[in-house]
Amino acid sequence: MSIRPLLITGGVITALVALAGCVPNAPAGGATAISVAISDDACDLSAATATAGNVTFDLTNSGSDVNEFEILAEDQLRIVGEKENVVPGATTVYTAQLQPGTYYTACKFQMVGAPIGLAEFTVTGDATTVDADEQQLIDEAVTDYVAYVKSQAGELIPAVTAFADAYAAGDDETARNLFASTRVFYERIEPTAEAFGDLDPKIDYREVDAVAEGLDWTGFHRMEKDLWPPAEGDLNSDGTSALLDWAPSTPEDRAAYADQLVADVQDLYDLVYADDFTVTLADISNGAIGLLDEVAVGKISGEEDWWSHTDLTDFAANVQGAEVAFGNVKAIAESKGESELVDEIQAQFDALHALLAQYGSVESGFTPYDQVTDDQRKELSDGVNALAEPLSQLTAAVLG
Amino acid sequence: MSDEPQRLSRRGLLGLAGAGAAGLALGGAGGAAVATSIASQGTSGAAARYPFFGEHQSGITTPAQDRLHFAAYDLAADATADDLRELLSDWTYAAARMTQGLDVTEDGAIGGSPLAPPDDTGEALGLPPAGLTITFGFGPTLFDDRFGLAARRPASLEPLPRFSGDALVPSQSGGDLCIQACADDPQVAVHAIRNLSRIAFGRAAIRWSQLGFGRTSSTSTSQATPRNLFGFKDGTANIKAEEPDAVAEHVWTTAGDGTGWMAGGSYLVARKIRMVIESWDRTRLEEQERVIGREKGEGAPLSGGTEFTEPDFDKPDDDGSPRIADDAHVRLSQPSVNGGARLLRRGYNFVDGNDSLGRLDAGLFFLSFQRDPAQFVAVQRSLAGHDALNEYIKHVGSAIFAIPPGAREGGSIGDALFG
Repeated sequence: MSIRPLLITGGVITALVALAGCVPNAPAGGATAISVAISDDACDLSAATATAGNVTFDLTNSGSDVNEFEILAEDQLRIVGEKENVVPGATTVYTAQLQPGTYYTACKFQMVGAPIGLAEFTVTGDATTVDADEQQLIDEAVTDYVAYVKSQAGELIPAVTAFADAYAAGDDETARNLFASTRVFYERIEPTAEAFGDLDPKIDYREVDAVAEGLDWTGFHRMEKDLWPPAEGDLNSDGTSALLDWAPSTPEDRAAYADQLVADVQDLYDLVYADDFTVTLADISNGAIGLLDEVAVGKISGEEDWWSHTDLTDFAANVQGAEVAFGNVKAIAESKGESELVDEIQAQFDALHALLAQYGSVESGFTPYDQVTDDQRKELSDGVNALAEPLSQLTAAVLG
Repeated sequence: MSDEPQRLSRRGLLGLAGAGAAGLALGGAGGAAVATSIASQGTSGAAARYPFFGEHQSGITTPAQDRLHFAAYDLAADATADDLRELLSDWTYAAARMTQGLDVTEDGAIGGSPLAPPDDTGEALGLPPAGLTITFGFGPTLFDDRFGLAARRPASLEPLPRFSGDALVPSQSGGDLCIQACADDPQVAVHAIRNLSRIAFGRAAIRWSQLGFGRTSSTSTSQATPRNLFGFKDGTANIKAEEPDAVAEHVWTTAGDGTGWMAGGSYLVARKIRMVIESWDRTRLEEQERVIGREKGEGAPLSGGTEFTEPDFDKPDDDGSPRIADDAHVRLSQPSVNGGARLLRRGYNFVDGNDSLGRLDAGLFFLSFQRDPAQFVAVQRSLAGHDALNEYIKHVGSAIFAIPPGAREGGSIGDALFG
């Protein structure tokens, strides 16, 4: 492909860290093992640094229930190694092969919810030779991506529960504050959720789609319209009256929608935690471009979060999800001589992140989308297109 | 009525030329000239000329021309039933002339008073007929309480139901009347709509209009299957004029269908379908073909064969799943899954500049003629809910019209309706 000038708008150049991912069954190296003291609310490592190569962790769970140990990339999203099912009272030895760079370690009590004891972990020394065996790279990419999907599904459950509880209780202010941040975990793995057929319609359908398909309209967007109710004269995204066949939910309706959403995300969690759940390499790279298309079609136009105008949070979460997927397969692309493509994609991710940062962040929230001008929307759209074009070459690069 | 010489009404002339037009009334010679100028139909290229008068309106089974200008009109707030009838008579007169390559009136673009604006806008001077057809239709709203036509409304002429994914823009939907002008030269098609709109001023005005290029369907076996903006051949399985039985069964209404005045007519559905071409263009070839259910080159179904090989929807892949996916466009649009419903499609590509995000505002202006709108509804219900293509398209405009039968020579479009 043509060489385009790299767009580095934020003044930040993210170094490309070659990660070999985890090698769960590799023998422990010569270095001293790092002990990890796991409890229900802590995840303490005996050292915050290690030398590149095989790094061994001795995991001891003194808590009350099953736990999980994770090593995250610098983005705190992409998983480069994990050990699930660390049961109480047991010590488990876990070895990860790590290249120099910045990582984060964390535990996950009962294998759901936010990472506990998230802490920076630095790997120093010289990069070890990456084993270029293709099948191994593919296996690692799949293993790590599946782990990432599980971790997001795990975080989604308590977030949805808190949001749904507030909504059901009529605590609209709390529910409104939780709406965007709750959806982040879903938006990051949306293509996976969509692969499960009937779950996405129940969780994430917009009113216009549900009504037209004759489905019961449930999920996030049903609750969104209650939380940001339309005024007389407001229109749905398809131009119909917002009040057509719509009325505010009764307390009983709210309880039902809340329960349904919690049950549906639990179904999602169970599906991705099932023993037979896996993805293909193409699923991962196509998922990356799929997430960008979600942005290009639904978020850029402001149709996704029509009443809350929190589209930019969904937008950012989709981009994060795409970058994780890209990060999982880029070593494969590089091993096939596609470093130039990888560099261009990374540069465009950086540029888009920098552009999004002008409007806020996933953590602190974004400018409401109805306050984003047409010129600004065009600039965001241009950024998405600039990234999506090279990203759409990724599948051919990794499978070719 | 039928013995009256064909000419523009005084109001029609006023629309063209203001008060100075009073002396331009046309005699019977004009109508005769039209009748005698009808040449043999079916000639190809710029010289093609199709008759305006006949049992059916032209522009339906006529081999699809390359260009379209379509306009939907609303009648003026103070328009009466007489105004409507007079307008249709004026339109008939003008359309009959223009389809034969003549100016809109005998005085035309340069033959009138130098003190008055010309009757004809002139941009088609010297151009051949270019296969121009002008087809008129009546929207459901024409049959409300304004013109005393409520009892004449065909039962099946209802606004279309809401379909999944509809994002209809009211200003690009509906209309009391419509005119479809098709020609092989865009200037000829635009000339027709421009002059017919001018004639209507004061009685009706354009509600929305659409330019189209690159016909996306063949309506004759003499035509190669064209491609839509997704780059795929479109309308391979279309009803062709050379299938008289299919045309009779699926396109023309009969007296027995319940509305006597519609015998020999049809129903037209217009859907403006925006394509998200940026996303489509980033989609790998294999996925594009899976979504459509045909291979992109020749257009053969993924079950094998050549373009016109019947798709084998049961043929399995190596892993046992059907070669043509369950949600492939070709599967869901097949008559066999839609109660046998077939459509005569006559759509065009469009590119209306770009949107505010710098994306081409492009897509398919879908037009289909069918004996009963239920045929379209069946196909669209099947597609709207499940078509893999929905990820890349959005329906932004929608309209339905009753297409009355053709006008008899000396008569007018809609005579049967008022008869």
